[in-house]
Amino acid sequence: MAGAVNGAAQHFGCMKISPAHNNGMSDGLSILVIDDNRIRASIIEQGLRDAGHDQVILVHQMDRLVRQIADINPDVIVIDLENPNRDQLEHMFQVSRAVRRPIAMFVDRSDSHSIEAAVDAGVSAYIVDGLKRERVKPILDMAISRFRAFSKLAEELEEVRTELADRKTIDRAKGILMKSKGLSEQEAYDLLRRTAMNQSRKIIEVAQSLVIASGLLGGEA
Amino acid sequence: MDTGLKPVIAGYIPLLDSAVLVAAARMGFAEREGVSLKLVRETSWANIRDRIAVGHFDVAHMLAPMPIAASLNLTSLAVPMIAPMLLGLGGNAITVSADLWGDMAHAGADPAGDPASTGKALAQVIAMRRGGRQRLLRFGVVHPFSGHAYELRYWLAAAGIDPDKDVEISVLAPPVMADALAEHQIDGYCVGEPWNTAAVAAGTGRIATYKQAIWPDSPEKVLGVTRKWADSNPETLSALLRALSAAADWCSERENAEVLAGVLCEPEFLGCPVEICLPALTGQMQFDQSTSRQIPDFLTFAGGAKASPTPAHGRWFFEQMVRWSQAGETSASVREAESVFSSDLYRAALGLAASVPDPVFHLFDEA
Repeated sequence: MAGAVNGAAQHFGCMKISPAHNNGMSDGLSILVIDDNRIRASIIEQGLRDAGHDQVILVHQMDRLVRQIADINPDVIVIDLENPNRDQLEHMFQVSRAVRRPIAMFVDRSDSHSIEAAVDAGVSAYIVDGLKRERVKPILDMAISRFRAFSKLAEELEEVRTELADRKTIDRAKGILMKSKGLSEQEAYDLLRRTAMNQSRKIIEVAQSLVIASGLLGGEA
Repeated sequence: MDTGLKPVIAGYIPLLDSAVLVAAARMGFAEREGVSLKLVRETSWANIRDRIAVGHFDVAHMLAPMPIAASLNLTSLAVPMIAPMLLGLGGNAITVSADLWGDMAHAGADPAGDPASTGKALAQVIAMRRGGRQRLLRFGVVHPFSGHAYELRYWLAAAGIDPDKDVEISVLAPPVMADALAEHQIDGYCVGEPWNTAAVAAGTGRIATYKQAIWPDSPEKVLGVTRKWADSNPETLSALLRALSAAADWCSERENAEVLAGVLCEPEFLGCPVEICLPALTGQMQFDQSTSRQIPDFLTFAGGAKASPTPAHGRWFFEQMVRWSQAGETSASVREAESVFSSDLYRAALGLAASVPDPVFHLFDEA
């Protein structure tokens, strides 16, 4: 693999960017991860390092990316699909003479399952032309699974946030009812629940309506 | 909940000429044709290409040359596609930095943006810079397979400037163009609105010429559809084309410009100040902070026959790909490019005459 040997040699040029400790376990591939979500990028980096890749470089900033890629000379580039600079990168790969030509990972469409999995997960990858796909597939699979895990985490976090906000709204609605109707906390909650059942709505919707109405009517909201 | 509507998922890039899709989804035109149109905003043309290829999107807002590039396998994840409708004509401009405009104005560039005059002035500036051993001027376009790239190259080449030797052309995302210009990373760019007006409003850029002056009434964005989806969903596509045609007619009415600008500016779509959307929609363009021009057809939306693709459009874009070494010319490729822009589906959907003569193209440098 002339490409990989060349990559490993060139890699010393980027030691100043991210010191890599070659412990002999590495397969010599240098991997550039472009993701401005720092947490997700670190999760991917960790996964790649755990899998024995020690030449992983993270880039968050697109400033002077062309120059950086030329310096880093990566074998594999992993990029998130939210990144608005994919068109710029692809064009640069096409025309730049400073960079060994990376091509889209799935250019031959032989593995349509992987293509769909990657796009679903929100990640894309480019590899240096000529590099054997078997060597790179585990890297992409890793990126896909870490991207998925990250989305799941983000969703769960969002659910927890919503749940907390909902609970606060219900507490406020209870407070309004307790004050305006002289109810106990339990009675206020029961009234909300009964109203919701009668109107086939969720308790949170009834509570939101009440808080908004109370705000509009100048009551305590 | 089954509404009986046929669902269609459309990917789009937040640009003014996503207006037809936005209006169809938001102003009731899609529902009226029995289509539930869901729009998904994307951040790059590469994403649009990838996501339509894997079937996330049924249809998409695309740069006119993209479906040809996909059909000719010139890009990754290429699948055979068609462009059954034009979503907008014109709408692009070439903006240069205030410094570069200063030099061009000194060389006699027409303040009204006449492409022959501004191109000639730019050629003089480039010759002087070469004499002074200054670096090459740098221009940005949004994609290699774009009307922007071809307009910029056509304009440069017509003035005797070699786009591959006398300047550097790179690709940048539309929303970052104005910032890149302000930071002197580039000296000019060709982009759709509102990203020219953004630089004019910031005082860092000056519109040098525009698409409507270079090639009047030429296609900019198209509806991109994979052949596979079009073949499997002929009725839904037909209904969608009628909905988009009606939406385009609505967008073309001057009296709807303010409402349209208001919708497009919402955070869900472009998320920008309404002032920078209005110039292109009303044709009241601001070339710099003191020069404004009324160009009613700067950007046009229209349904009916005007939105019909024609094989001649496909051929023109393909000729540009050959001219700039993106594609090799074979008779099979020419036929494929023509068939991508076939008017058959659109005409059948709208019940228009079965055939019309090819449109007459009149580029600015043609006598």
